Amino acid sequence: MIHVENLTKYYNDFCAVDKINFDIKKGEILGLLGPNGAGKTTTLRMLTGYFMPTSGTIRVKDYMIDENLLKIKKLIGYLPESAPLYHNMLVYDYLDYIAELRGMDKDKKISRIRQLFELCGLDDIMHRSINELSKGLKQRVGLAHAMMYDPEILILDEPTSGLDPNQIAEIREIIREIGEEKTVILSTHILSEVEATCDRVVIINKGKIIADDLMENLKQSESQKYFIYLDFLNTEFQSVRNRLIEIEDVVNVERVNEEPNGPLGVRITCKSALDLRETIYQTIKQTSWVLIEFHKETKTLETIFRELTKED
Amino acid sequence: MQQVIRICNKELKDYFISPIAYIVISIFLLVTGWFFFATFFYYNQADLRNFFDLLPITFSFFIPAVTMRLFSEERNVGSYEMLLTLPLTFNDILVGKFLAGVFFVAAALVPTLAYPICVAFIGQLDWGTVAGGYMGALLLGSAFTAVGLFASSLTRNQIIAFIVGMAICFTLALIDKMLFFFPRPMLGVIGYLGADFHFKNIAKGIIDSRDILYFISVIFIGLYGTHLAMKGKN
Repeated sequence: MIHVENLTKYYNDFCAVDKINFDIKKGEILGLLGPNGAGKTTTLRMLTGYFMPTSGTIRVKDYMIDENLLKIKKLIGYLPESAPLYHNMLVYDYLDYIAELRGMDKDKKISRIRQLFELCGLDDIMHRSINELSKGLKQRVGLAHAMMYDPEILILDEPTSGLDPNQIAEIREIIREIGEEKTVILSTHILSEVEATCDRVVIINKGKIIADDLMENLKQSESQKYFIYLDFLNTEFQSVRNRLIEIEDVVNVERVNEEPNGPLGVRITCKSALDLRETIYQTIKQTSWVLIEFHKETKTLETIFRELTKED
Repeated sequence: MQQVIRICNKELKDYFISPIAYIVISIFLLVTGWFFFATFFYYNQADLRNFFDLLPITFSFFIPAVTMRLFSEERNVGSYEMLLTLPLTFNDILVGKFLAGVFFVAAALVPTLAYPICVAFIGQLDWGTVAGGYMGALLLGSAFTAVGLFASSLTRNQIIAFIVGMAICFTLALIDKMLFFFPRPMLGVIGYLGADFHFKNIAKGIIDSRDILYFISVIFIGLYGTHLAMKGKN
């Protein structure tokens, strides 16, 4: 559906996006993830034709961006960051104008606007001026704007920023619904959002792609290494350490809390394809330690993200 | 072409829904009306020369004030990003906005038709020169609109857009009165650049293709500059 090759963008001397390559298949929900200033928005802006790439190519279906920009724009619905809309227009007038620019005829326009009002929950604010709306409501109007023509590709730049938890859940629901038939690309720095909505993740940092994989693969590939947390009462750290470090595949045993009177917290770093919990349990059972907590931390996207993007 | 009309419609609606249009047009009418009638009876001649003579100067203030928002505001609010990602070309956008500006100037000129009508009651008015004057005013207005549009495409700050636009229009309006500053060999060329000179020819009722070509060139250069500015920013 979308094919990006060696895409590069320079702002004067600053390289915002550096030779990135990726492909997006039809019906995929792709999450573009990265810290602030990683080049997410720039990438999306190039995909939508707002910025011209310094070099590299973008192909959408069979259209090249430098030859058939207008045709590509017709396929794409775009919600820019913080939904910039015409402030002096009424919500209905605005969407009506967008529908017109999208070349919809009158009957289709009215039924589509009605549909979108329902989908995005805009019925109550249809006749209000856009500058009176809260950030969340503007975001919804922006979403309606992006979906106006029922585009094949939907590009959303931080779609849930500034929304309250209920609205976030709603918008995610909408995105997942759309994603069943459409291709969706969304950028975010909120990790749970990617976990909740996306099939595939592309992580970029400093303009380069550092990971590009399906959600499950990404989690699995890093799951060789994991932590086990234990809390003991009235137990000596040194004896715990000496005993546990002997277990095969245990890389490290550290103390994680320093309070003298509290329980003793221990973190065990394991590097194994197997689950070591059983062995650890058997070991502890042979002693007289009082175990009050025992859990394994599976690697979340958050830890993966932090490891990949942290400064060297 | 349809897209151009849609953009133009939207911009015109924006002008006339908000109070800007009415304020700007009232001030324009007040200023031109005052300067015209204040001296009209001294001359004791039934023509509109006074009104048309001042038009290049009043337009240099009035038109940049109208066009300053066309691009600057969109850039400032960010809606420019929405606009450019809709199925529109640069030319659709800039021609649409330009036409909206021209229609606005025309709308401001319509009430001034009351002047020739009043004058026709008191004396023998030559309607030929009046028609020429209005045609010239429209050409001049379009040329200044193109310049103002260009100024607006340069910056996201409306005040800067206004001042830059005004400076360029003012220079075009006054340059042929400043000729004594320039060396003799350049006089012909610089004199030809003055909008006032060409406008006066048309306002006298002499419709010369050179004058029309001049205004069309200014319009074209202004719009082309806008196109380049849009392209440069993306």
